[in-house]
Order: sequence, then C-alpha cells, then structure tokens
Amino acid sequence: MEPGEIHALLGENGAGKSTLMNVLYGLLQPDEGEILVDDEPVQIRSPRDAINAGIGMVHQHFMLVPVFTVAENVMLGAEKVRGGIAGFLDHRRARREVEEVSTRYGLRVDPDAVVEDLPVGIQQRVEIVKALTREVDLLILDEPTAVLTPQETDELLAVMRSLKESGKSIVFITHKLGEVKAIADRITVIRRGRTVGTATPDASRDELAALMVGRSVSLTVTKLAKEPGPPMLQVEGLVVDDERGHQAVAGVDLEVRAGEVLGIAGVQGNGQTELVEAIMGLRPVLAGTVTLDGQRIEGWSAKKVLRAGVGYVPEDRSVDGLVKEFTVAENLVLDIYDRPPFGSRGVLKPDAIAASAKERIAQFDVRTSSHESAVSTLSGGNQQKVIVAREMSRPLKLFIAAQPTRGVDVGSIEFIHSRIVHERDVDTAVLLVSSELDEVIGLADRIAVMYRGRILAVVPPDTPREEIGLLMAGVVQEEG
Amino acid sequence: MTTTATEEKKAPEQPKESFAQAFLHGLWAANTVTVTILAVVLALVIGGILIVVSDPDVMAKYGYFTARPGDALGSSWEVVGDAYASLFKGSVVDPAAVSAWISGEGGWERVFAPISETLTYTTPLVFTGLSVALAFRGGLFNIGAQGQAIVGVILAALAGFLIPLPPVVHLVVALLAGALGGAIWGFIPGFLKARTGAHEVINTIMLNYVALYFLTWIIVQKGVQNPDRTDAISKPVDSSAQLPRLLGDNLRVHAGIILAVLVTWGVAWLLNRSTLGFELRAVGNNPDASRTAGISVTATYVSVMVIAGALAGLGGANMVVGSTADALTPLVVAQIGFDGILVALLGRVKPWGVALAALLFGALRAGGNTMQSVSSISLELVTVLQALIVIFIAAPALVKAIFRLRAARAARLSTSLAKGW
Repeated sequence: MEPGEIHALLGENGAGKSTLMNVLYGLLQPDEGEILVDDEPVQIRSPRDAINAGIGMVHQHFMLVPVFTVAENVMLGAEKVRGGIAGFLDHRRARREVEEVSTRYGLRVDPDAVVEDLPVGIQQRVEIVKALTREVDLLILDEPTAVLTPQETDELLAVMRSLKESGKSIVFITHKLGEVKAIADRITVIRRGRTVGTATPDASRDELAALMVGRSVSLTVTKLAKEPGPPMLQVEGLVVDDERGHQAVAGVDLEVRAGEVLGIAGVQGNGQTELVEAIMGLRPVLAGTVTLDGQRIEGWSAKKVLRAGVGYVPEDRSVDGLVKEFTVAENLVLDIYDRPPFGSRGVLKPDAIAASAKERIAQFDVRTSSHESAVSTLSGGNQQKVIVAREMSRPLKLFIAAQPTRGVDVGSIEFIHSRIVHERDVDTAVLLVSSELDEVIGLADRIAVMYRGRILAVVPPDTPREEIGLLMAGVVQEEG
Repeated sequence: MTTTATEEKKAPEQPKESFAQAFLHGLWAANTVTVTILAVVLALVIGGILIVVSDPDVMAKYGYFTARPGDALGSSWEVVGDAYASLFKGSVVDPAAVSAWISGEGGWERVFAPISETLTYTTPLVFTGLSVALAFRGGLFNIGAQGQAIVGVILAALAGFLIPLPPVVHLVVALLAGALGGAIWGFIPGFLKARTGAHEVINTIMLNYVALYFLTWIIVQKGVQNPDRTDAISKPVDSSAQLPRLLGDNLRVHAGIILAVLVTWGVAWLLNRSTLGFELRAVGNNPDASRTAGISVTATYVSVMVIAGALAGLGGANMVVGSTADALTPLVVAQIGFDGILVALLGRVKPWGVALAALLFGALRAGGNTMQSVSSISLELVTVLQALIVIFIAAPALVKAIFRLRAARAARLSTSLAKGW
C-alpha cells in the first residue's frame, strides 16, 4: 500500500477478503506470515493495536449504538473525560472533534443526531468519521456500498477521493466491478484465499469478473423477447402503513402479466418493502385490492398466499429469509415442511427432506459441505441461493424477488439472474424490486419507478438511465 | 479461507495419534460432556471447602495449623470424604448393604433403596425440566413451571379424591387432570404473549404467586380439607389413582419414572420429527423468517406454552399420585418448578440431556438426605452444590479457563443459553 492510494480488494463472497482484513484489524490472528507497516513488521493482536498502528476499519455491518448520538458513537471506545476526571464525559470536546473531522474531509454529519434516525448512508459516514478521529492513515472499508443507494454510493466515492487527496490510504473491499473501476488505483483479486492477480482500473469488467470467479462469466443477462400472457397480479389503489404508522404505500396500481418481469426501481425506503409485504400478507392492507390470477388475496395469511403459488425472496435474507441455526435442508423446506412429501399429519419425513435437499443443492449450485450444515456457515451468495431454490421448487404463478442479489457475489448474481429469467420464460409473472438500477434494467420487461409510496411512471427498459434516475428522484417530466 | 488453506497443508505433517491420545484429545476438548463433568467436579471441590469451613471441630484444628498441620488436613479430608461417601451411599449404592446381601445377612431392598430414592426425586424434575426446555427451544423463557406444576397438582389431587373411578381409569384421569391444569396455566401467558406481546417472564412469575395462593386457599375449603385434621392438608388421593410402585411397598420408586422416560422420548420426537416441533424451533430461532415463511408465530407461542404447561402439570401430578405424598399441602410441589429451570439449563435444553440432568439432581437430593442424617451436614449444602454446578455450566468460559480446555463448542453454548432473554 502506498500513501494516498485507493487499493481495491476484489473477490467473491467467501474468497477470504474479510478474513484478511480482520487479520489486519486484529480481530483474527494469522497462522503464518507477517504484516509490515512502514516496512516494520508489527504484531496486531487487537483492534486497539491496529488503531495504534494507524489502521482503521469500517465494517460491513456497522458497529454503532443506535440510541447514542453521532458524537457519543464517535467517542465510544476512546471516551473523552472532562478535566481528566474519570466518569465525566466531555461531550463538548467530542462534538467539536466530529465537526472538525467532518469539515476537514467534507463529511457532513450532525454530531447531535441520534444514529438510529439517520439513513444508512449517513450512518456509514459516522463510521468513517469515527475511524478518522482515531488519526488513522489506512482505512479499511469492508463492502461499504452493499447497503447504499446509487446516490449514496456516488457520495461515498466522492468522500473516498477527498480522503485520498489528503494522503490517507484506503483498502476498498468489494465485489462490485463498476465501483472498482471508477475509483481504485490498484486492484488485487482474491480467490479461495489466494491472490490470483493484480490489475489496473483499465482492465475490462469481463476480465476482472473472470479473475474473480475463475472462469468467464456473462454480466449481461441474455433474455429472449417474449409475448406476455394474461395479467397474473393486479394491484389497485393499495394503501399500506409502515411500522411507525406513516403511510408508506399511497395508492399503488400495478399489473404483472404471466411471463413478464416487472421491475420496481426506486431509492430504498420509498414504499417498495411495504408494497411487497402487503401483497405477501405480511402487512395489513388498509385500502385497495390485490388480485392473483383472478382471486382477491388481500387479507390472506402469508401461508395462504404462498400456497396459492407465490414464491417470495425477502429483501433481508438473514432476518426474514433464513433460520440461521437451521440446516440447509431445513431451510429448504421452511415454508413447505408440513406438506407432502416433507410432512403429513403433523409428522416430518426426514428422508424426503434430505433427498430433496441434495437434489436442490445440486440443481441450484449451492456450495455447502453437506445438506446438514447450518445455513449460517454458508457465504452470502450461497445463502441467497438456498432461498431462491426453496421458493422456485414448486409450481409458481407469481415470483416476487426483493433485492435478490444484495450482498451476493458475481458468480451467484449471474446464476440468480438466469433463474429469474428462466421463471419468466416458463410463464411465471415476476415482480422484481431492486435498488440496483442496472439489475432492473437488465432483467425487467417493464420498469415501474416508485417514489414516496406511488408509482410515478411505467417505462420500457430501453429508457435512458438518466431519465429513470430523475424519476427515482421524484422529477416527473412534463408531457408534450 | 486463508486459515483453512494453511491448515490443510499442515495436517499431513503431524504424527498420527494413537487411539488413547485421540481419546484424551477428544476428552480435553471443551465439548458439552467434558464441561458438564468438570463443572460437577468443581462444584464438589468448592462444596468440600464449605463443609470444612462450616465444621467447628475441624476449624478449631486449623487454629494450631502451623504447629501440627497434619491434624487439620487429616480431619478436613475425613469430614469431606465422609460427607461425599454418604452422598454416594444415599444416591447410588451402599457397599455395606451389598456385602450384607451377598452374605445373606440383609435383604435386597437395602441395596436398591438409594437408587429408588434417586429415581423418586428425579421423576418430577424430568417433567418440569422438559417444560422449561421445550419453551426455551420455542424462544420463550418459562419461569412459570412452578405455578403450572401447582395448578397441575391441584387438579390431579381433586380428580384423585373427588371422582370415584375404577383403578387404572382413575389414575389416567388424575394424570390428565394434572396435565390439563398445567396446560391452562401455560396457556394464559402464551396467549397474552401472542395477543399483546406481554413478556412471558413477567406473566409466568406473577402466575406462580397466583397459583401458590390458590393452592393454600383451596386446601382449607370444605370438601377438600381432610376432615380429621386441623392443619392445612387435603383429603388423601384414592389408592385407585396412585401410580404403582415398581419394587414393592418398601421402596418408593414408582411407575412415574417410566412415564418420565416415555415423555422424554415423546418430547424428543415432537421437537425433531413433528411439524409442530419444526415450527417451534423455527420460531424460537428466528420469528421473522418463520412469519415470512407462513408459520403463525402467535399460534406457535400459544401451543408451546400449552405443551410446556402440560408437562409441568404432569410433574406436579406426580407429587400426589406417586409416593412422595398423597395429599395437598401448601408445599406439596416443593421447588420442582424452579429446579426445572436449572435442570433444563444443565441438560442444555435437549430432552435426553434434561433427563440426565434431572437424574443428577435427583441423586444429589437423595444423597443429601443421607448426608444430613449420617454426617450431620445440612441439606442446604446440596442446594449450594446444585447452584454451583449450574453456575459453572452457564459459564463454560469459566470452566474452560480453569481447566485450560481447548476452545471448541463451549463458547457457543453460553450464547445459546443467554438468548432467551
């Protein structure tokens, strides 16, 4: 690493990127080898050693206390005390420090805001400020863009550039090729715990992807033109509240036809989550109708909706999609465990569950040591494949995928995309919700742009990106 | 991934272990069994220190320790050894009774008496332990096994002396009444949790009090209280509703222990092989994902608490239809509900683990009686031992640190136990 350099560490999930960085940050101990800082070998046994050596880290999952203010979070672990008296926190100094760092690097944050009220992008900024107040020279960002909207990503990249200009070095861990090419000075690709190559940002996306996965991958989805069938899902005038009782979906009309992919584009938090959960029967419908294949389904339980031929990939796989302590096989039958052949009259059939699990692990290319491994031992991409396999292994009328490739590696993205297109080709109606515009454009036959609980427009996928981007920001162009 | 790659390379270079080495290796790994055994050993060591400290004669010898250390150490060894020997004699077997039986001077009953006592104390703990463990697997902390056992014992006793029925039928009715009582008492917090989100810990604790004072009230009501007595005791349960004794009338062990084993098997089956068990485990581990997959979380909470309550109720019923007592008194269920929490934790909330933990607690209780009468060490020491064992089990990191066990699964156990909160 050179000072003032952005070094991208590229690799699939489970390739060892995070392990390597956790070693650098002192969370794990190396079995062999040494770490050099300024040509000196150092022993990093704890995050405190790492900070002393000038290494700071922003984790993929933020390490913030939600009910604390920004300033309190920043001083956490290095609490300032007033006049050197233990027990008296110096809030004023902490606040001043936050302001100083945020103006110096152009990271706007309000030191008095409570963290849980802030959007994800700002929370991440708090993490960066926290690392910078420890006066580090090397900043490790572990998958920083996985949780960000396109706009927030752009802002983060700008922040990274300004940090680089002030002489900080950044290790940028990611598996998103576009971002790497946009910002990195040097790229190291890791696969299965080994460095498989270094590259410059001039390398093409396909070259990088091939290095990562170890074979050539197709990043663009091949999709044949197809005449859509009759309407399968119709939503009219749907109104749904979020947890806090605010109206999240304010009268949505949409229609998904058999054999088409309707993509819902939009910055996260514009009601997409609530819309999908209302269709699935997980959230009360306050007004409007939902019709599946001619049958009104609003007010049905989730079980009934699933049984009616709907497959659902929830957006937060670790919370809503999987029971982490369960085995792969158990997760594969999580919503059909009580139906033949897996269970009948209250009795499970372990042999049938195991047999079908083995079959689906092979069919959906789930990389696991056994169907009896706990699903939490799998990488993110493979966990997602377990959910997709579960939801696609019964006859479907409608397939709803919310953020199906979030936090998923390139190889798995390719696979999941091809399965979604395959469902469309066998005349399933597909509703795809994604905050990744590329994904929506690549897969959808029609794109509905959602903004503040409403569908602003439905456009064909060959609409220019800029136009969709403006719609996502709520700008409706005058017709004419 | 980096680490596994290097480990793979290293593996072949290591010399092959002999079987004995591998055995020791496995034994010294911090697995569940090793940690449990070591926890018991540690508790016995600390218990030994307490025995020494609480014995005034021995402590007097420590007064001239520097002059004659042998006196103090010798008598310490003697008093501790004596105490634990009688603990063993009272719970497993008394060698003197065995030799007496062989030489024809004593009967076989004295040989089996300790085991009989152990199993008698074990039986109700299996039920209450399973109750707590099952609820725990469903994500609920059932502090209310005590109250459920109390309501169970009330209904079982009422069915036992109010309804005249032929022998076998009467017993079945009494047991079912006990299970029903516990089920009702489990249903209330389960329903409140499902409907209103009210925390089951608070509600079950409160219901324990309600159940206890309901018991003390109902005992002295007309038709319930024993007309020949002035103190708070109910009529005795009819002999037609009593569980048969297994080893003759002189030994207390009764068919409840067989029922306990069957129920343990049933709970294991329910957890692992039934769709309800699948729902229960899914909800216990991740209610959000369960809901998304179409499992009714609220219905599962209610069923978990009803079954857990029924189990505790059966445990309570055992206290009047077994050999422990045959009538209701204010303390008829002793502490079986609260001990059930300890048994469940010690058994690592697994059905057969719970059964074994109940056996250990039963043995301590049975041996404690002998220890008290023979070595005049108070029964409370047994309670202290039980508490110490559970503390060491609940803190596997502590046992690991004390015995320098290799890090293995023990660390995960502590988190799984803490999750109920």
